[in-house]
Amino acid sequence: MSLLQINNLSVTFDGEDGPVHAVNDLSLSVDRGETLGIVGESGSGKSQTAFSIMGLLAPNGRTDGSVRFDGQEILGAKPKLLNKIRAERIAMIFQDPMTSLNPYMRIADQMTEVLTLHQGLSKRDALAESVRMLDAVKIPAAKERIRLFPHEFSGGMRQRVMIAMSLLCKPDLLIADEPTTALDVTVQAQIMDLLGDLQKDFGMATILITHDLGVVAGFCERVLVMYGGRVMEQGPAEPLFAESTHPYTRGLLAAVPRVDDEDATMKAIPGNPPNMAAPPEGCPFRPRCNYAGEDCRVMPPLAPFAEQRARACHRPIAEVTA
Amino acid sequence: MSPLLSVRDLHVKFPITRAGDMPWTKPRYLHAVNGVSFDLEPGKTLGVVGESGCGKSTLARGLIQMVPATGQVNWRNETDLLSLSPRQMKPFRSEIQMVFQDPLASLNPRMTLGQIIAEPLKTHRPDVPAKERRARVAQMMERVGLLPQMINRYPHEFSGGQCQRIGIARALIVEPKLLICDEPVSALDVSIQAQVIELLKELQRDLGLAMIFIAHDLSVVKNISDEVMVLFLGRIMEKAPKAMLYDQPQHPYTQALLSAVPIPDPIAERAKQIVPMTGDMPSPMNPPSGCVFRGRCPRAQADCAEVVPQPDGDLHRVACIHPGPMRESELRQHEVS
Repeated sequence: MSLLQINNLSVTFDGEDGPVHAVNDLSLSVDRGETLGIVGESGSGKSQTAFSIMGLLAPNGRTDGSVRFDGQEILGAKPKLLNKIRAERIAMIFQDPMTSLNPYMRIADQMTEVLTLHQGLSKRDALAESVRMLDAVKIPAAKERIRLFPHEFSGGMRQRVMIAMSLLCKPDLLIADEPTTALDVTVQAQIMDLLGDLQKDFGMATILITHDLGVVAGFCERVLVMYGGRVMEQGPAEPLFAESTHPYTRGLLAAVPRVDDEDATMKAIPGNPPNMAAPPEGCPFRPRCNYAGEDCRVMPPLAPFAEQRARACHRPIAEVTA
Repeated sequence: MSPLLSVRDLHVKFPITRAGDMPWTKPRYLHAVNGVSFDLEPGKTLGVVGESGCGKSTLARGLIQMVPATGQVNWRNETDLLSLSPRQMKPFRSEIQMVFQDPLASLNPRMTLGQIIAEPLKTHRPDVPAKERRARVAQMMERVGLLPQMINRYPHEFSGGQCQRIGIARALIVEPKLLICDEPVSALDVSIQAQVIELLKELQRDLGLAMIFIAHDLSVVKNISDEVMVLFLGRIMEKAPKAMLYDQPQHPYTQALLSAVPIPDPIAERAKQIVPMTGDMPSPMNPPSGCVFRGRCPRAQADCAEVVPQPDGDLHRVACIHPGPMRESELRQHEVS
């Protein structure tokens, strides 16, 4: 049984100008210890998917479908159950570590609170465990630094503190929402290295949400490509990058310059991402797609086409033989 | 060819007063740009890269006196821009225009698209009659890919990519010779980034623009630049024509930066080796002696603390006393999952 099983998840927000369908009919599964990447541009619904797993949607958001964590339905579950799961089994780290840490509390207090509250540890044990965890995320002089306030850390160090905090309760699933977007490349490389090491050591499943295809390429075993609130393509990382068949995945890969490419060519996808308040009929990528035809006015289902791979497209670029 | 812009020993310092300082206490200085020199030829692009806080944006602002700078900024080998008063500077402001990072924040929310694009023309060419001004705005809008019916809309009605097109149109309406782009695509989605870069390159070809392109994304800079300059803590670490810098970087900092860029290809990304960098950015208030990079450098030796290396060389300038290609001992397998 997979650790996380999402079936036909939809997220709708009631806006002033009518409903906005942020996520449509999304299904995915994550096994224990697996790394899944969710790639998409802004407005593709990747963060809202994560928020609905965690029960963190804005008050005007509605969900439909099913999210089963370790066999238990958690979509729309009571706060008491959600709090327990969020505390002990699923952890999340966010893009901007400064806004997710409490500026008025010392790191020590923020970290020990998690342990005394959820695991009933004594203050002293909790502090020792917190220092150990800061060591694990390679913060030098952790014993002294734990007394500092968040603003006394650099951006990269703050993100390390966030990671340490999220791992305190040894979660089964870590959701990282754009964890390195606000960081410099050299720090990004350090943080991704660290996440990779920790993922191996703790054996937790990880969902990495990002717009950066390079980061996903280095970290994830399996990749899900989202656009306009829908899954466009999914599959193991290597074939997905090497022989993508969905026009959007192909377009996205061509739009990203590669530093190891002689001219670092980038080929634009024409047009703009869809307005989610008035999405195009059928496939959301249709207005920007070079291969689109009349049949694309009906949304293609996400259908398997090769081993472990699936795509939602009527007109894939090249057929891959399984 | 004689350079369009020739910068010599540019310095930008900010006085910092600490809490509790008396009015007569001498301020300490934050040296944001420290002795930068370069030439830029007409029609060419200079890429400026570095981590946050390295002084790349301050450099751009110093060139056009948006922040007080010292040194020389020679325009066409005739005028030193830094010696000019604000009034004398004005004619040069239409020659040098800027495009900013945050496309929405750099547009006045209470002006329509048409007003925004016409504004520089009103300021710098007041003699152009209103009718011709309207024609030029319409022409420029078409040039950057904005539709004519958008002219009366406000900035909030546009997407990030479209706002950046407006910013570009506003900069180009006065026919500048130099365009300074400060992180113009960092806030945009991947598929839109490529559109804006293609537009900038096309406009550069057609109008013979020179560009200073500031970005932290080394792949985008590789795409658009002729020459690339790497900054660290306000100093030039390495500067070279694009192919040289990316294929044979000589400075350990450039090597570390380049090796850290993720490659969107699982096989290449997992096989690559990186130059690990230790520590954090040193404080610009209290920079290390000698080479500013030595605290994070895998190649640092005792002599690095003594001399400040100068970016020597003609075409390929390297500010390092132990330059050279990456060494096997400095590399480490990029260990991600």
